[in-house]
Amino acid sequence: MSDATPTLPLARGGVSVERSSFSPIYTLVGTLIIAVFFTAAPWILPASWVSILSNFFILVIMATMWNLLAGYAGMVSIGQQGFVGLGAYAMLYFAIKGMNPFVAIPFAIVTCAILAYPITYLLFRLRGGYFAVATWVVADSAMLIILSIALLGGGTGRYLPGLSNLSPSQLNHYTYLATWVVAFVVVVATYFILRSRLGLVLSSMRDNETAARSAGAKVTSTRRLIYVIAAAGCGAAGAVLAISQPFVQPGNAFNLNWAAEMLFVSMIGGLGTIEGPILGCVIYFVLQQSLQNYGAWYLIIFGTVAVIIAIWQPRGLWGAIRDRFHFELLPVGYRVRDKVRVKKVKKQKRSETPPASVVTTSE
Amino acid sequence: MIWVNVVVQGLLVGGFYALFACGLSLMFGVMKVINLAHGDMAVVAAYAAVFLAPKLHVAEVWAFIVIVPLFALVGYLLQRTLLQKAIDRDPFTTLLVTFGLSVVIENLLLEIYSGNGQSVNIGALIAKSWQVNSIIYVSYVSLVVLGAAVVVLGALQLFLSRTSTGRLIRAVSDDREAAQLCGANYKHIFGVAAAIAFATVALAGIAYGIHTEFFPTSGGGNLLYAFEAVVIGGIGSLWGTLIGGVALGIAQEFGAHFNPAYQYLAGNILFLVVLAIRPQGLFGRKGSLNE
Repeated sequence: MSDATPTLPLARGGVSVERSSFSPIYTLVGTLIIAVFFTAAPWILPASWVSILSNFFILVIMATMWNLLAGYAGMVSIGQQGFVGLGAYAMLYFAIKGMNPFVAIPFAIVTCAILAYPITYLLFRLRGGYFAVATWVVADSAMLIILSIALLGGGTGRYLPGLSNLSPSQLNHYTYLATWVVAFVVVVATYFILRSRLGLVLSSMRDNETAARSAGAKVTSTRRLIYVIAAAGCGAAGAVLAISQPFVQPGNAFNLNWAAEMLFVSMIGGLGTIEGPILGCVIYFVLQQSLQNYGAWYLIIFGTVAVIIAIWQPRGLWGAIRDRFHFELLPVGYRVRDKVRVKKVKKQKRSETPPASVVTTSE
Repeated sequence: MIWVNVVVQGLLVGGFYALFACGLSLMFGVMKVINLAHGDMAVVAAYAAVFLAPKLHVAEVWAFIVIVPLFALVGYLLQRTLLQKAIDRDPFTTLLVTFGLSVVIENLLLEIYSGNGQSVNIGALIAKSWQVNSIIYVSYVSLVVLGAAVVVLGALQLFLSRTSTGRLIRAVSDDREAAQLCGANYKHIFGVAAAIAFATVALAGIAYGIHTEFFPTSGGGNLLYAFEAVVIGGIGSLWGTLIGGVALGIAQEFGAHFNPAYQYLAGNILFLVVLAIRPQGLFGRKGSLNE
């Protein structure tokens, strides 16, 4: 465990250990194409699409962070809306103090991380369901404290200053860029975290906590680090949310529906994969846009589907795809590949023998 | 005398929280399930008292006679189907499922009955109170709710300690496998415990609806305060839950006395302080948190 990405030796007999079933160059090129497309999107797509995409990326940030927290570190939190709210209000505070809102994003993120750190010492005394509800208590307390601060608009809320020199179309464009860049950074950072030594510790904790502890994994401090990262990420979502609104209101910023959305999206897409929550966000937005004239029904349908998936398909849609096709877009683990078997499969496919016999011939 | 009033009012609110919390406490004690839809179930009961009871020609005051048994049935069925499926997977799934239920219930209520506030109408009784002196007024309704909380908790304690079903519930809660080896059908026992929990939460919900105006989204707050009462009192102790509820009620009244905006914050702070100093709660056993 000395190296960040341990180089695993080639085993004898044509067996290799590799991360991805395709060359990393494809991943890099694919990422670049996506990055270029979404950066250019405001010039290509109509303005209404752009603001929908902004909301989409805000949800992608939240879902990715919730997935890191629950899917990888096993902490079910229903209080992440607390950090969304704190991020929005930190943004409001810096903007009132005269900072440019777009410059204030990293400051809001750091504020959330600093606030989250001491909270873990209280929360980590509880486990499982009690932890979950306690995170909600913390979020509720944060909202109640914000409500009593007159500078931040109290219960009625306040406009985010510092954006008045931008025209509506400029604001829409810049907001989109901010949400897209933050979402991109969050997803890529999560990918690298999970590939790193930290990711190894996380998966060992998830599989067997006692064994991970006895092997020297620092379980509690790893959890703490992940909680702080997730708080910072949700703070980032809150900060860009404040810019996109741009009226900051406690009832909206600390809304429990944020927690519901991150949870449903991650569950439906697939917990414990990077691609899953993003797929969940896509489904969520398609459903929301097509049912937008029917009030809260999209949330009712989505919640019902999430409950069904949690019980009967707990690995989510992406998990089902991955299990069936053995395919990962952003692999974070390693797998053993039998080179001989792969060659034989290819040969036999050519000679059209049924694939059932492959296993016996390779062994 | 002002402070005596704060304590008296806190005590009355506390009884209400205890009534709310005992179902939560029971379900965690027996099935190790935290029902995140607990508060929403209470709100559904309150809506049923307003909209269902008149259709059955029952006065809203007496709605609990119909709704409490109905909820016991719903609780049993929900436990035997959805919740049991979730428990069979892992504790993680039960959290996700009950939270999903909570959001679905809230939004269904919102779609069916709109976001307008409702209240259970009991006529002139709501305004009647017992005037102790010039400062202290004790509302009859609150007094009845506190009495109901004590009676329910007492009856539950007796039921668990004296009856054979109660013994079975305790046996399954202590060691499910051993109880199964002795012939206990633990799934049925889980259902019975859920039925009791849902019956008490229906009672609490109707009391809540009489007490204050309620909205489709009122369930979340109810769950939080019930949960705080359970943790303050100590997980796994029924009388602890009553004391926890009362402590929470008094803390909230103290907060409200300084500034109405601090009412719920004061309760949250008491909860966090207890968590910091005595995480097992006032009457809890050490280590009960790690179950």
